[in-house]
Amino acid sequence: MSRYLIQRVLHAFVVIWLVVTLVFFLLRAVPGDPFAAMLADVDPAAAEALKAKWGYDQPVYVQYYLWLGNLLQGDLGNSIYGSNVSVSRIILEAIPRTLSLAFISFTLALTVSLAAGIISAIRRYSLLDHTVTLTAFMGLSMPDFWLGILLIIVFAVKLGWLPAIGYKPISDGFWPWLSHLILPAIASGMAFAAIITRMTRSAMLEVLQTDYIKVARAKGLSENTVVLVHAFKNALIPVITVMGIAFALLMSGTVIIENVFAIKGLGRVLIQSILNRDYPVVQGAILVVSVLFVFSNLAVDVLYTVIDPRIRYTD
Amino acid sequence: MTEPVSAVTSMEPGSIMDGGEVRERSRWLWARYLWLDKKAVIGLVVLTVMVIAAVFAPIIATHDPNEQTADFLLPPSLEHYMGTDDLGRDLFSRIVYGARISLFIGVSTVLIAAVIGIFLGLVAGYRGGWADSIIMRYIDLQWAFPNFIIAVYLVAVFGTGLANVMIAISLAFLDDFARVVRAMVLTLREQEFVLAARAIGASDSRIQRRHILPNTMAPVIVQATVSVSYAILAEAGLSFLGLGVKPNTPTWGLILADARSFISRAWWLAIFPGLAITVTVLSINFVGDALRDILDVRDQSREEAPH
Repeated sequence: MSRYLIQRVLHAFVVIWLVVTLVFFLLRAVPGDPFAAMLADVDPAAAEALKAKWGYDQPVYVQYYLWLGNLLQGDLGNSIYGSNVSVSRIILEAIPRTLSLAFISFTLALTVSLAAGIISAIRRYSLLDHTVTLTAFMGLSMPDFWLGILLIIVFAVKLGWLPAIGYKPISDGFWPWLSHLILPAIASGMAFAAIITRMTRSAMLEVLQTDYIKVARAKGLSENTVVLVHAFKNALIPVITVMGIAFALLMSGTVIIENVFAIKGLGRVLIQSILNRDYPVVQGAILVVSVLFVFSNLAVDVLYTVIDPRIRYTD
Repeated sequence: MTEPVSAVTSMEPGSIMDGGEVRERSRWLWARYLWLDKKAVIGLVVLTVMVIAAVFAPIIATHDPNEQTADFLLPPSLEHYMGTDDLGRDLFSRIVYGARISLFIGVSTVLIAAVIGIFLGLVAGYRGGWADSIIMRYIDLQWAFPNFIIAVYLVAVFGTGLANVMIAISLAFLDDFARVVRAMVLTLREQEFVLAARAIGASDSRIQRRHILPNTMAPVIVQATVSVSYAILAEAGLSFLGLGVKPNTPTWGLILADARSFISRAWWLAIFPGLAITVTVLSINFVGDALRDILDVRDQSREEAPH
């Protein structure tokens, strides 16, 4: 197990290194640099000067060497726009926002989907079951950013219950923090909830037909014990196998949803930097976003072995 | 799957050979099963309407989609079925023209992704060795991220605009096809009919073309259907973020992005384009679900959603 873990962590680092390296070289291979885009028409000389100032006039491999060296020391460079803040600062400010959103979204979606899946399985073919199934299907077909806009229209504009956009740190109080995250959390967790609901329902249906459930019932155990203890625990295993895909969708949901709700998290930083062609920030944001994805995949894989001891990874 | 082949050409085993008659009959059955699935029929009808709207957009649209008038933000009426936007453009006409771009990008990117992905999967699975190692290293790299994130990364590198968005989405989706095909090829390669073909001296390229490739088609078709719906969502998402086609092009994602500033005053701007995307994607998913049942393609990890 520990050997497997070490291998996986090493592999994770290789994946991240490959991604940032590919991005680094491709960004520079594609014609047109950010300085030319900013100034070439107005003042080519100034564009050249800026290029030299930021070291973009050097050969690509030298730039890469310098960048990687700085990266290993925790220095991601500075934004080439506006007040030239350091990329690390931008990202450090963004991380708690994204993690808050992902956390609320995950908690909300997991609670709702497990409950919906179980109830749907117990009341199979009831009106409730059909509603849940259809909602889950809709959840996979609806763009998350559209749901975000609809939630803003209903709960912020019409009803005025929750704030429409923005973010408040938890140091401003729990409710201000939470209230700003509820709507975006619903929108970014929708696909996750849909997948987990469908999987829970089908896994529960399968488990409920097995002999040991009949035995548990025959023993005279209460229906709650049978469903929640005996059936649910075993139904969780197939659910966890889709958890990785579902969670990745949730994380990619936050990238787009942060832009709907103007939350300056990693997703918004990434998109804004792409729109501004702010290369150092693009590279930094892609690095951190990739770390998030690769390590959450790893966490899910490790979780499998904890939940289901039958799964053993050996290489 | 002990008999991946039977899933491909018909419901019955024994249709492995290239017999034209069996093929014909099974193709027929295929359509009939699809017809029996209510959701699939609804999906097909909606998609047909969408395709007609896209192809005959100039006839169906009631206005020029880009014509700016003084009728700002009018609610839906008989003159403007879906109201007008902040520049006085007719929303219905913009959504009809938007169908062109959405469907075109959805279908063409998946076609490109499928062709490249099938090729990579075939080479990796059939050749094995170093070709397999290199291809799979790359596929695994993409596999670590959701398709949409890969598309965002690629747009970050290549820039925005129609052509770049198409390249980004195509590349982002090809790993799904490569994986599906490679897995199929690995089982098929050891099947008796392939060994027999080799024994009678068929060349590698003939075996791949005549025996392996046709038998990978069932999961590829299912994958392609699902991928089209996700490619449409990806295009809408990229356009919504400003990373898509150029501004003012009537695409569903861009119309939604522009609507954000007016949602408190003009609900129709937010409702209709989103509805267009959802209904299209839902219909494709209905058809995809039915195809998966009919073609008997089961793969737990891919079942719920493409990555």
